[in-house]
Amino acid sequence: MLYDIFIDPFVQMYEMPDFFLQVLWEGFVAGILYALIALGFVLIFKASGVFNFAQGIMVVFAGLTLVGLHENGVPAYLALILTIGVMGVLAYGVERVVMRPLVNQPDIILLMATIGLTYFLIGFGEFVFGGEPKQMITEELGLPTGSTAFEFGERGLVILQHIDIAAAVIAVIMVAALGIFFNKTRIGRALRAVADDHQAALSVGISLNQIWAIVWFAAGLVALATGIMWGARSDVSFALEIVAFKALPVLILGGFTSIPGAIVGGLIIGFGEKIGELYWGGLVGGGIESWLAYIIALIFLLFRPQGLFGERIIERV
Amino acid sequence: MKNIKQLALGTAVAIGVGLSGAMTTVAQAEENYVPLLTYRTGPFAASGIHIANGMHDYLKMLNERDGGIGGVKLVTEECETGYNAQKGVECYEATKGKGALVYNPYSTGITLQLIPKAGVDKIPVLSMGYGLSAAAVGSTFPWVFNVPDTYWDGASVVIKYIGEQEGGLENLKGKKIGYIFLDAGYGREPIPLLEQLAEKYGYELLQYPVGIKEMQNQSSQWLNVRRDRPDYMVMWGWGAMNPTAIKEAVKIRFPMDKFIGVWWSAGDDDAAAGGEGAKGYKAMNFSGVGRDFPALDDIQKYVVDAGLSSTDAETMGGTLYNRGVLNSVIIAEGIRTAQELTGKKVITGEDMRMGLEALDLTEERLKELGLSGFAHPMKVTCEDHAGSHPVFIQEWDGKEWRQASGWIEPMTDIVRPLLEKAAAEYAEKNAPWPARTEPCPN
Repeated sequence: MLYDIFIDPFVQMYEMPDFFLQVLWEGFVAGILYALIALGFVLIFKASGVFNFAQGIMVVFAGLTLVGLHENGVPAYLALILTIGVMGVLAYGVERVVMRPLVNQPDIILLMATIGLTYFLIGFGEFVFGGEPKQMITEELGLPTGSTAFEFGERGLVILQHIDIAAAVIAVIMVAALGIFFNKTRIGRALRAVADDHQAALSVGISLNQIWAIVWFAAGLVALATGIMWGARSDVSFALEIVAFKALPVLILGGFTSIPGAIVGGLIIGFGEKIGELYWGGLVGGGIESWLAYIIALIFLLFRPQGLFGERIIERV
Repeated sequence: MKNIKQLALGTAVAIGVGLSGAMTTVAQAEENYVPLLTYRTGPFAASGIHIANGMHDYLKMLNERDGGIGGVKLVTEECETGYNAQKGVECYEATKGKGALVYNPYSTGITLQLIPKAGVDKIPVLSMGYGLSAAAVGSTFPWVFNVPDTYWDGASVVIKYIGEQEGGLENLKGKKIGYIFLDAGYGREPIPLLEQLAEKYGYELLQYPVGIKEMQNQSSQWLNVRRDRPDYMVMWGWGAMNPTAIKEAVKIRFPMDKFIGVWWSAGDDDAAAGGEGAKGYKAMNFSGVGRDFPALDDIQKYVVDAGLSSTDAETMGGTLYNRGVLNSVIIAEGIRTAQELTGKKVITGEDMRMGLEALDLTEERLKELGLSGFAHPMKVTCEDHAGSHPVFIQEWDGKEWRQASGWIEPMTDIVRPLLEKAAAEYAEKNAPWPARTEPCPN
């Protein structure tokens, strides 16, 4: 038993380096995709202190809008632009109808409001697009398909899916763009001010409503990117909503308010769950990755209760 | 003034409720009521929509073309379960008082919940090719029907087919057979039989559970498959799990002709998701392939073209649509048989139970129904509520399914004793399980 836990997995890594590389690659891709989902949560939490329960359904809604428009004859790129517009309208609507009337309400009220929004979007999405799954328009969007295999040793093979490479590149671009936006622009700085203290931000003339609408729009864009990437790996259906909750351990680990935390947290969870499942999962019958992510997050929390990059809150009485 | 308004409103509502109650009574007196537990929303809608359409359209067609069955119209009512056992039971409780003749849960989880209720409420459960395998033992489960096959029959057919590909079951010794399944009651159901057969034929069974939350995130399971290098993969998937698994199999370059799904992993959308790479993927089936059947023409004419259905005409003839049609054929033939047995036109759940137990869907009858070749002839007896009927293997050619084998008989000599043992164990665990008192109509 001790051999199976402490020795055998490393022997396997050594004996099958191609497979180990493949596991690392899959962990990296999963991590990037988890990070993308987590980013959506972080953006809204930073600006309003709300855990946006609707982030998962926003991923589905964005993906379905894109594919649904294309199915109705709209060219792929125009559909993409229109979908961005729809996410903008949604952000504006959420700010006007959900956020604004609830300003200064306790956080739990806002959380409940996002749960309500989730059910509204499920119903509205099914009403408009139906419940049938749709194929992501990967090729029409110019995203690569297919795979490249690298031979490794005598029998070894590392297979890289082109769409996974694209997902990694797009995620990096999005993170960089968001980083620049929040650090180098006036609106970004305003958002950070709002995140630090709503009342102080209001007192210096920052429009809370405008910031919220922008943040929800940014979260919508992240949801769209996530929907495209996850949709390409499977299909676009309401089942994708469940995948979004893979971001929870990422958020616990990375902190709810940190963009770098979402990225690093996503990667740690991605690598950790794949390596854990593939090399240690068999010891308990497999299927451990769904809870292993939480165990990894909890271990980190033992040492950093605020998450890796979360803000340390010190309250004195 | 306000009080008068309230009084008037209250009176109107009371009269309305009274009238609707009276109308319901009339409806119950002149119609046969069939609730349909379906799911057109949620993570399993991908599969559920086609099944629901097929079930609805065939029964609707009988109403439009023939005026119902035996001159009595069918009243159908869909209740959305979302493949959720709790919601399924809520649907059952909400509809059973309306004179329900039979329940089709379309979920093994819901079926397991309804099995103890069926005998109490005197309403049979028809779990066509799913649910509790042991329910095939009619002496223990007089109210449950899983014709034409149990999951254990299906599992034995897969192993038999793999054996044929290897030149005989004796050649399975030393082979690795991977089993990827939805980690729920449905996916776990065939494991005892697969393990039993592994012991008998000497193959190694490798299990890859997929949690409901992981349905669209299966890269770990398929990395394990890649490392373990099984000779064959068998899948018990549903909903979003199926297309993802097929995509992942393509991704790791698993030989698709050695990847075989159960009859619920046989959807057109499931296979199409894998694109060109999915060519060669196989699945079991027991219902017709394609739409070249006169009964489907009638559905198109009387229901779809008449705007009485939510079915997209292009999806007619798909595997899961046809499966839904077959389900309704069994319901309809059960009602017809019950009418013949009892001499009544409007029947009860108890009559329906007898009708299903006396079901004898011969080739001649299938031809009369405009469904010649749509299914293997099937017969239910008081002892055997599944019948262990033959199934065939179909193969995805990149665009559509093609029949790839003849009818393959399940290994009844192995399956039946195990079913009886499992039924006895179920009765023991759920003691005091009622002894059968229902008369046998055969």
